[in-house]
Amino acid sequence: MHRFNFRQASSIAEAHSTHAASDDAVYIAGGMTLIPSLKLRLASPNDVVDLSRIDGLSTISSAGGVLSVGATARHCDVAQTTDIPALASLASRIGDAQVRNCGTIGGSLANNDPAADYPAAVVGLGATVHTNSRAIAGDEFFVDLFETALEDGEIITRVDFSIPSRAAYAKFANPASRFAIVGVMVAETSSGVRVGVTGAGACAFRMSSFEAALSSNMSASALDGIAVDSSEFNDDLHASAQYRANLVTVMAKRAVAQLTA
Amino acid sequence: MNAETGIGASALRKEDARFITGKGQYTDDINVFGQTFCVFVRSPHARAKIKSIDTASAMAVAGVIRVFTGDELTADGIGDLPCGWVVTSKDGNPMVAPAHPPIATEFVNYVGEPYAFVVAETLQAARDGAEAVSADFEVLEAVVDTGTATSSAQIHENVANNQAYDWELGDKDATDAAFAQADHVTSLDIVNNRLIPNAIEPRAALGSYDAASQTYTLYTTSQNPHVERVVLALFVQVAPEANLRVISPDVGGGFGSKIFVYAEETAVIWASAKIGRPIKWRADRSESFLSDAHGRDHVTKAELALSSSGEMLGLRVKTIANMGAYLSTFSSSVPTYLYGTLMAGQYKTPAIYVETQAVFTNTAPVDAYRGAGRPEATYVVERLVETAARELGMDPVELRRINFIPTDAFPYQTPVALQYDTGNYAASMAKALELADSDGYMARKAASEAAGKLRGRGYSCYIEACGLAPSQLVLQLGAGVGLFESAEVRVDVSGSVTVMTGSHSHGQGHETTFAQLVSDRLGIPFDSVNVIHGDTGRSDYGLGTYGSRSIAVGGSAIDKALDKIIAKGKKIAAHMFETTDDQVDFADGQFSYAGSNEPKPFAEIAGAAYIPAVYPLDELEPGLSEKAFYDPSNFTYPAGSYVCEVEIDPTTGETDIAKFVAVDDFGNVINPMIVEGQVHGGIAQGIGQALLEHGIYDSSGNLATGSYMDYAMPRADDLPDFQVDMTSTPCTHNPLGVKGCGEAGAIGSPAAVMNAITDALGVKDVSMPATPQTVWQTIQQGT
Repeated sequence: MHRFNFRQASSIAEAHSTHAASDDAVYIAGGMTLIPSLKLRLASPNDVVDLSRIDGLSTISSAGGVLSVGATARHCDVAQTTDIPALASLASRIGDAQVRNCGTIGGSLANNDPAADYPAAVVGLGATVHTNSRAIAGDEFFVDLFETALEDGEIITRVDFSIPSRAAYAKFANPASRFAIVGVMVAETSSGVRVGVTGAGACAFRMSSFEAALSSNMSASALDGIAVDSSEFNDDLHASAQYRANLVTVMAKRAVAQLTA
Repeated sequence: MNAETGIGASALRKEDARFITGKGQYTDDINVFGQTFCVFVRSPHARAKIKSIDTASAMAVAGVIRVFTGDELTADGIGDLPCGWVVTSKDGNPMVAPAHPPIATEFVNYVGEPYAFVVAETLQAARDGAEAVSADFEVLEAVVDTGTATSSAQIHENVANNQAYDWELGDKDATDAAFAQADHVTSLDIVNNRLIPNAIEPRAALGSYDAASQTYTLYTTSQNPHVERVVLALFVQVAPEANLRVISPDVGGGFGSKIFVYAEETAVIWASAKIGRPIKWRADRSESFLSDAHGRDHVTKAELALSSSGEMLGLRVKTIANMGAYLSTFSSSVPTYLYGTLMAGQYKTPAIYVETQAVFTNTAPVDAYRGAGRPEATYVVERLVETAARELGMDPVELRRINFIPTDAFPYQTPVALQYDTGNYAASMAKALELADSDGYMARKAASEAAGKLRGRGYSCYIEACGLAPSQLVLQLGAGVGLFESAEVRVDVSGSVTVMTGSHSHGQGHETTFAQLVSDRLGIPFDSVNVIHGDTGRSDYGLGTYGSRSIAVGGSAIDKALDKIIAKGKKIAAHMFETTDDQVDFADGQFSYAGSNEPKPFAEIAGAAYIPAVYPLDELEPGLSEKAFYDPSNFTYPAGSYVCEVEIDPTTGETDIAKFVAVDDFGNVINPMIVEGQVHGGIAQGIGQALLEHGIYDSSGNLATGSYMDYAMPRADDLPDFQVDMTSTPCTHNPLGVKGCGEAGAIGSPAAVMNAITDALGVKDVSMPATPQTVWQTIQQGT
């Protein structure tokens, strides 16, 4: 890797001001994407601002029907939670044990890899992403490939998940990387049925046609015959857009089957 | 013998304590005084002319000592990396080999080919320096596809049609005649997918030159350090052989990819003399993907002629084998003498004709990878046999049975050069069917179908030729090396034993298996035997480890040296007993004589050998140390029957291996636990080939699967519990009756898996790897 300045932040404010003072800075939380990029010399920032030791930023708490997950909570920590079993299950299947012991929810969301698991949860559970300056609705957070609603320098502080009455996540993992080729979160929430999809497109999205069908009939067969438009889907070495479209339906059905089991 | 450590005992591996506690000494663990670091600058283009290379900015990077280009090696008399086996084409001409400078000079011919290297005080500085090297390339049209390579742009000036050779084996006329009278012909177009080896330990080299003694020492990750040494000395001409010591310390897996002599170790050993300091290089994983020799990559048309009753009459195979950009060390032999010769399989097919065209493409060189030619051959034969049975409406087991070479036909001369010494194919098949609960299959299939799944079953009956031999035959066929093995057994004064072997262990467990052999034969404790390998400075010239040859050839060499030790021990004992050596017996670690009731333990004779008080030194030299070179009279022929059942989810195309049975005949077995481990590893790689692994270059020659993000290595949770068992027909021509087991799993398993998948789907062929998408698409096409 190229040389860079390592900046240990002890507070959100310090992290933000350090970032702002640099002409080329990145934040690091778990580093599960950034460190490989640095090692491969695909990223060469001047300053790396570390968020991982900021007090309270990794706190997980539950109150008033909301599970609040601090931005630097690790996947292995979320996997141990019990309020939303579908979310814990999702976290337990991210990457491998080493990744889960380092990777964080905030880092994953800010990076917005199209094949990451958490975006399906944020969209599918209708979460709210809190930052150092505002609250962003889950539906508004993911913008495009590796692009989010975050402004330059903005820091995710926590993610609030309203606890659904029931939810399930089904994932079809890439046999090589174990990232999601397609992952689908189906949830029954106070604001209705939500279906969040990751892996299929440039970023996570909701399947409104599935939501409508499942609202009236929460069963796998309710999804039969609903066409999935794959025209904007990813089409690459690992899966054609058409195969991904098939997986969106099959994973949604698996999630529904789990949820109703 | 000792029931826990003798021949036939599953003794725990001596080497594992250091391996699993992080105490192994791998090449990259070795550091020497004054060491520098090296990074190779690799081509970003699949094919380009090098117009100029700018090294000035790299030289300006702090810590950079020197930047070398290929021209400097050429100017210093460094030769090409040779291919050690000259295959002769049908027309009688020897194969055409392109120039292969270790560091590219005029042209680069695959992405990742090194064209310069940077030596620096630190690894970081070497990386910075490498990044600062730039070259002006004229990018040329890349040739990537195996099947169309001969009609594509010509890559090498001296190689017309991009063809290295067009080889044949067998009787064409007899085979054509067999097809003319056949009732049925089954034909298949088969692609054997390209694989990337991925040993856990990446390749590495540490070269140093000692100006005072003018000697070179090269630590490197080689499966055959003596071959490395002789190639670097005789062909590449880095140093006189006597002045070059090659050491392969602990090596973390090879699978063939570490047999070959590569650019990197050549460069560091040469350059260490230029800068007067040791130079270390270790590949990172990305470099391994790009620059380790890949495996397989065949495009084949295969036809099987049968009578209406299922009798196999003739086999015709035409293969295009991708060599990559250059001919790697043993590449030419893989799709010919290790492939065409195996086409009889376990069957008495009377007429066989095989043609292999070896072609160049702008991809990494392709060479031996676990099985090397034999998995490809087994895949052709076993896919054809299973398909023929389906087409004829016969039970695939029955079709095999009626065509098996019967036990009374051995030694059996095949129509493709090999003579099998022994085997009992029906016995392995019977045991495999029993273990696979063949009778319960229809009920399992019904249960799968009730659950919405597709179930299929496939078989594979492989034959393997291990321990490539004898030397005089392979030399006639174009090999550049003999294929014997060396051994030295040094008995210490106290009666413990040090064994030097020319075989090399890079995971196989020789320190244990060979110690069992020595301990058993000499009747001394297992812990009193120390096995040394991997150092040209310590053991005699040997050929290393590949082709499942270590126990059959290396073990037999040790056995032969042990014969000499025992013979000399008898002579010494005879003087102590005051008799003649023909009156002395040796058994269970004791020399005995009918005329004495005080047998002499082995250790006492060892002591007497080195404290030579009791025998006349003009008749008998002091000491007890013997060498042997063993050259086998034939290959060994492990064989086995594999049964695979798969269950496929038609909604996603996911294939679950519901059952995998492997029954192998390895002849006599020294350590069943180690053998079973080898089988497990081989099957894992075979299932990897069938379901997961695929080295893919895009149309411009970029490696699209250059990391674990994109190249799917099999993991434990991809694999079922294997049911592994053995039958045994001991090899008839080596003293131990052993055959070798290292590659069998990788050879036998892909066809079993693919036969099961095609059975489940009711289709003729699915190309490997049968990824979920491929299987799903196959199902979609059928509906």
